[in-house]
Amino acid sequence: MILYTLNRLLLALLIIVIAVSTMFMMIHLVPGDPVNVILGPRATPEIKEALRAQLHLNEPILTQLLYFIDGLLHGDFGQDLISNRPVLDILLEQFPHTIILVVFALLISTLGIPIGSYAAIHRNGLFDRIMGTASISIIAMPALVLGLYMLLFFSVELRWFPSIGAGDSSDWSDYLWHLVLPVTSIGIAWIGYISRVVRSSMIEVKNQNHVRMARAFGLSELTITKRYMLRLAALPAITMMGVSVAYIISSTVIVEIIFSRPGIGRLLYEAVISRNYPLVMGTVLFSTIVIVAGTMITDLINALLDPRTRIKEEQ
Amino acid sequence: MSTNPQSNTRSILGTLRQLLSDPMGLIGFILVTSFVLIALLAPFIAPFDPIKIDIIAKLQGPSLEHWLGTDQLGRDTLSRLMYGAQIALWVAVTSIGSAVCIGAVLGSIAGYGPKWLDNTIMLIFDTLRSYPVIMFALAVVAIFGPSLTTIILIIVITSCPTYGRLIRTQTLTLRNAEHTLSARALGLSAPVILFRHIMPNAIGPVLIVASMDVPYVIALESSLSFLGLGIRPPTPSWGGMLNDGYSFIRNSPWLVASAGLPLILVTIGFTFLGEQLRDTFDPKLRG
Repeated sequence: MILYTLNRLLLALLIIVIAVSTMFMMIHLVPGDPVNVILGPRATPEIKEALRAQLHLNEPILTQLLYFIDGLLHGDFGQDLISNRPVLDILLEQFPHTIILVVFALLISTLGIPIGSYAAIHRNGLFDRIMGTASISIIAMPALVLGLYMLLFFSVELRWFPSIGAGDSSDWSDYLWHLVLPVTSIGIAWIGYISRVVRSSMIEVKNQNHVRMARAFGLSELTITKRYMLRLAALPAITMMGVSVAYIISSTVIVEIIFSRPGIGRLLYEAVISRNYPLVMGTVLFSTIVIVAGTMITDLINALLDPRTRIKEEQ
Repeated sequence: MSTNPQSNTRSILGTLRQLLSDPMGLIGFILVTSFVLIALLAPFIAPFDPIKIDIIAKLQGPSLEHWLGTDQLGRDTLSRLMYGAQIALWVAVTSIGSAVCIGAVLGSIAGYGPKWLDNTIMLIFDTLRSYPVIMFALAVVAIFGPSLTTIILIIVITSCPTYGRLIRTQTLTLRNAEHTLSARALGLSAPVILFRHIMPNAIGPVLIVASMDVPYVIALESSLSFLGLGIRPPTPSWGGMLNDGYSFIRNSPWLVASAGLPLILVTIGFTFLGEQLRDTFDPKLRG
């Protein structure tokens, strides 16, 4: 397990370093002098030269990259061009709004576990068939359309839910109320995914020896399902949820804009519109790091629950 | 692949019959065919010019003249959706096509080549997959500016790892198959073995996955256009129209409702068709 953890950790670090370098190179491919962007056209050559030296712009690009990575290691994501505040401060301010969206979307996606297992136990029954078609229809539905339709039906027409903002963060019921539509438009597709994954792995597990054994011992079906089947069948669902983090974080951009919520996605959008490159780079890197960490954690949980995974890798 | 064209056509017809015998496959097939036909025939069947402004007729609901109403500039929604289908189809075909080709080349090299090359390519794939797609797309747009080419580039970069990984797995299993070993014993070069003896057998599952990726690609294009960072107006795109509808959601809910419909139908169409294709061709892939 230690070897496996180290292995995963090293891979995650390597991926982050490559991701950072690629992003850095891309931003520096942009034609035009960043100093002009920061200072505007009326700055004197002396001021420009001073800033250039301060930002290490006169050194070769690889040295600049090393400076940048060194800064990252010290938690320095650079300075915002407009407010001149550290990018990390702005990110940490907005991040809670996004992470709460992601966590709740993941939470409702676990509804797929009971749905999938019920469908697998009553295979080919009415519930299984309805859920099968429903999950396939919803699985690939873009958050863009789901969000807009929910906004249209539930807040503009029916006026059941608020349409703008994240609500008052000191009043938790108001805050939760504002979360319902955004979370549903991101999470509902993942209920479909998880339920399908759980269903098919349940069907696979159903006839395995240890389950037949438990049945032969006369244990109740509920105990067998909970104690002997679900544990194995949940593994692919956990992997799936790790994968889903990347997609969910990605969808938050759209949802935060549709529902006018604060958050990382909205921050990035505004940074792109105002060509605030340090903020663009900081946001993308920050979310990439969150995603790599998320994937690594699910890998580790999987290895903890199922020793076969880590043994296979170690060999 | 097959030397007998007759048996090939028969198997295609047989597959089609099997596909259409299931209601899900039938619905998927009808939706996908209509999408492609509407996209190709848009200039001939669209009732109005999609970019002709008629400010007097702005923000109308559905009527006999404008079946799906008009937008804030009085342009006919139905005609714009039909032309939007053209853009969506073009983006999907070119970007997925290039992504499959690049993924196939890299994936087969990874699967057939030396271990260090395999590790390097897989590391690149893992890195590309760890970028959050829409955020990565926004960053690329910030650098290169919004355009059709940028969108296609983004989709190719972010989706070729999926196909590459699939091809690699297939190549790994096929590299020790008997026909590959005998080709190698005959002294054929690696590229010939890869493209004549491994690729034809490895590409099938990739094509099925690719067909199911069409809705994702169209959704990505629409999302970028919705944010005003994709297809530039006045060119009609589904995402741009959703953005128009979003701006007028309170005065004219018709606009957003009808602009979302084609995205939903195309998504359902390709997913149903893909599911059915997968069940027909390769039940092992069912996940």
